[in-house]
Amino acid sequence: MYSQGLIGADSSTTESEEFLAAFQARIDREEKIEPNDPMPEGYRRTLVRQIGQHAHSEIVGMLPEGNWITRAPSLRRKIALLAKVQDEGGHGLYLYSAAETLGVSREQMTEELLSGKAKYSSIFNYPTPTWADIGAIGWLVDGAAIMNQIPLCRCSFGPYARAMIRVCKEESFHQRQGYEIMMTLARGSEEQKQMAQEALNRWWWPSLMMFGPHDSDSTHGDQSMKWKIKRFSNDELRQKFITATVPQAEYLGLTVPDPDLKWNEETKLYDHGEIDWAEFKAVVSGNGQMNRDRIRDRNKAWDDGAWVREAALVHAQKRADKQHIAREAAE
Amino acid sequence: MTDKHDLTPLWEVFIRPRNGLHHRHVGSLHASDSALALQAARDVYTRRGEGNSIWVCRSADIAASDPSFAEANFEPADDKIYRHPTFYDIPDEVGHM
Repeated sequence: MYSQGLIGADSSTTESEEFLAAFQARIDREEKIEPNDPMPEGYRRTLVRQIGQHAHSEIVGMLPEGNWITRAPSLRRKIALLAKVQDEGGHGLYLYSAAETLGVSREQMTEELLSGKAKYSSIFNYPTPTWADIGAIGWLVDGAAIMNQIPLCRCSFGPYARAMIRVCKEESFHQRQGYEIMMTLARGSEEQKQMAQEALNRWWWPSLMMFGPHDSDSTHGDQSMKWKIKRFSNDELRQKFITATVPQAEYLGLTVPDPDLKWNEETKLYDHGEIDWAEFKAVVSGNGQMNRDRIRDRNKAWDDGAWVREAALVHAQKRADKQHIAREAAE
Repeated sequence: MTDKHDLTPLWEVFIRPRNGLHHRHVGSLHASDSALALQAARDVYTRRGEGNSIWVCRSADIAASDPSFAEANFEPADDKIYRHPTFYDIPDEVGHM
């Protein structure tokens, strides 16, 4: 579950005009680029950064929901949430592998996440105070992620596109389990309905921010579109998301917390109110409610697992040495 | 932490969806040895009935053709149309062949 205009990539590149034109021609013919193919440095750098941020988002995204596994209200909800969080871990691994084909190591990416250098989707820096937040995340956050990820299945870089196909296949269960939670609450007692409404209030605007800055303020959108890493602009995807989601909120009998939201008969889209970009910038730059907790928790998980990684490597080495000795003895 | 010596090796994962089909490359993962690689492949790549058999091999053990020789390697096959059955004229009367 991830969706964000890429944060701070440098797509500048220094290859000859001829090289860039030949590369662009391949892209324009809809040829997929594979890891060992010649590619502009800017293309490689943009992808390492985007796929890395995407992978980190999947991994950090396990935390807000992991918070509720032990407290899920029934066994059915608990196994579903466990399966969803497992999926997010798997998505992170597919994506790290895709980034590694571009020459960056897993260890390097992990270090960048743990040191706070690497970015991940701003949405995971919001807390999940109630069970309804788990419903809202599945419905809205995964819903926004699907909008972004479906076009990424056609991304020009082969390993990224293939990873996204796997991710998208798995993602639709996530959104449905979230919506089902919201539906149950919305049809429950007054307090439960209220809980669902408050969760929608908390997650609506941050979900819209997931698509990244407005096209007019997005610095690297054009180059990414030209290289067909992206297929739609931030605003186009945001509009698609709003148009798909508002009727779903109406079905639940909940109110989208935007007084300016209005159906536009001409464009056949919803016009929406102003997004608080100051909040977005604050969260991206590390000052969201949960940024410090998320990085602290990831560091703890990494440090607590250190002995397992060390033991596994030493064990593998010991067995390899033994086999080696046995082979020499047999010769 | 990132001494070359300490890096956990990368493995390529192949899964056979069901008997009668080839194992097919599905992705890669890190593991210290083949037993853990198989375990991780089972956990990561077969969560929804994707297959009944897994192969793993060290990525470092794969030799790959050089993409800059793709033309030299593969284009000569394009003009050898006589390798295809449609190159040969057989009258319809002969029936299916």
